[in-house]
Amino acid sequence: MVDPKFDIKDLSVWFGHLQALKKVTLAIAPNEILSIIGPSNSGKTTFLRMLNRLNALNLSFRVEGEIRIDGVDLLRLDVEALRKRVGMVFALPLSLPLSIYDNVAYGVRMHGEKNKKKLEGRVQAALEEAYLWEEVKDRLQESAFKLSGGQQQRLCIARTLAVEPEVILFDEPCSGLDPISTAKVEDAMLKLKSRYTIVLVTNNVKQAARVGDRTAFFLNGELIELDQTEKIFTAPHDKRTEDYILGKFG
Amino acid sequence: MRKAKEFIVEKLILTCGVASIFFVALIFLFLMKEGLAVFKTVSLSDFLAGHKWYPISEPPQLGILPLILGSILVTIGAAIISIPIGVGSAIYIAEIAPAWAKEVLKAGVELLAAIPSVVLGFVGMVTLVPLVKNVFNLPTGLTALSGSIMLAFMAMPTIVSVAEDALYSVPKNYKEGAFALGATQWQTIWRVMLPASSSGILAAVMLGIGRVIGETMAVMMITGNAAVIPKTILVPVRTLTATVAAEMGEAVVGGEHYFALFAIGIVLFMISFMINVTADLFLHKRQR
Ligand SMILES: Nc1ncnc2c1ncn2[C@@H]1O[C@H](COP(=O)(O)OP(=O)(O)OP(=O)(O)O)[C@@H](O)[C@H]1O
Ligand SMILES: [Mg+2]
Repeated sequence: MVDPKFDIKDLSVWFGHLQALKKVTLAIAPNEILSIIGPSNSGKTTFLRMLNRLNALNLSFRVEGEIRIDGVDLLRLDVEALRKRVGMVFALPLSLPLSIYDNVAYGVRMHGEKNKKKLEGRVQAALEEAYLWEEVKDRLQESAFKLSGGQQQRLCIARTLAVEPEVILFDEPCSGLDPISTAKVEDAMLKLKSRYTIVLVTNNVKQAARVGDRTAFFLNGELIELDQTEKIFTAPHDKRTEDYILGKFG
Repeated sequence: MRKAKEFIVEKLILTCGVASIFFVALIFLFLMKEGLAVFKTVSLSDFLAGHKWYPISEPPQLGILPLILGSILVTIGAAIISIPIGVGSAIYIAEIAPAWAKEVLKAGVELLAAIPSVVLGFVGMVTLVPLVKNVFNLPTGLTALSGSIMLAFMAMPTIVSVAEDALYSVPKNYKEGAFALGATQWQTIWRVMLPASSSGILAAVMLGIGRVIGETMAVMMITGNAAVIPKTILVPVRTLTATVAAEMGEAVVGGEHYFALFAIGIVLFMISFMINVTADLFLHKRQR
């Protein structure tokens, strides 16, 4: 692999006595879409939230192992700067009670951009990248809550893009969406790949097959298998991977 | 058998509910009946806007403007002191404090709420009053400012605990969403937590102020009780509540003075009612 974007070694995570990740080792290449699949409670979200250090908000949390981004230990970076580089889109579209425009401008303003022209440019570019611009360009001042669920999710993507991250983490971004909205979000992801590194946690195995370059299968906090997506879906090494993909458990 | 039990319990609860409404209505009617009688001798505008409160001169002068201004001045002073400190502590307790500090502070706030107002008044009288007198070089320390500071202590526990609840009730997602965008803790508090809990925090402030307006004992002890229109916060004032409490005993039942004190009761009732309704509106807005 070329220099990996993320290099994760022997990562173990505990919440109190419960071990949520067990010695996970993997590397994520720049500009790839890595899908993570696995049944509920397998540690997918926990893994994702390690990459932007969001787990540290939890008081009972403990970690062992190492994560490097572009070769630098994650813990040595300033946490705000890290989160600016590594954006995240949550399962539930998390619009803030603000206008559409302000939702997207939110993070940009927070990072200190005051110039109105530049702000407008960033908002438009982000909305275009998230494939939402055409649908909202005439109603930017309306409340974000007036958008449909699928539009709100793309709004959240736009908000994340607007701060110009390098990596985007998606945690089940389509779990509440209908197939058409899902397709639009997936389209956006595929187009974003050329500029960003994407890690996608999904409970929809077919989605992993559609958009992932590589797919990782997690079970009970362990990384069971990681390979090219076609390989995982046509000839998995591990019996448990095969069972999960075929819907035998989970 | 179970049916019968259900029936009895149900009726019992209903009776309790009806009784409390009934008593409130009774109190309200009584207040109205006695209070409105004052307007046979003094017009509404003279009563509310009159500059002089000499209830036992002949003829009595029943203008309560100095009392209203006294109440407002003390209340605003208390609000200016207690709101920033109260909301600040709530933010610290809900968002920043480590677990042990949280427990200590919450216990402290509860303790403050448990101090009877007469004790606060007493302590204020021997500590705060001389301090105000010396610091501002005044003839007396029994001033609106002393009352404001003392009342701020009374409003604070309410403000802190209600505002803290409001902050806790902000969905966890909002906070995580802000952090995930790279917000610092302070940015998250200022731009996400406070706006998202603003209605609850306003309700907290309203409830705190409601407590201040209705407070009697402590103000009576340390504001100096002079029924003149205050020009600054460093002079003695007399509040609506203190007037009723101090004069009710000596007013002749059925006399003008007596009716006027009841009318003050109506004014107080209206003010508290409006504050409670406003607080309620904010609280409900939050739930929606
Ligand atoms: N903040 C937390 N505090 C305590 N335990 C947690 C926390 N987050 C996750 N866990 C625990 O870690 C384990 C893994 O959870 P995680 O959310 O990573 O699973 P997941 O694979 O994302 O599941 P799902 O598909 O249901 O989202 C679970 O047993 C969960 O209870
Ligand atoms: Mg999850």
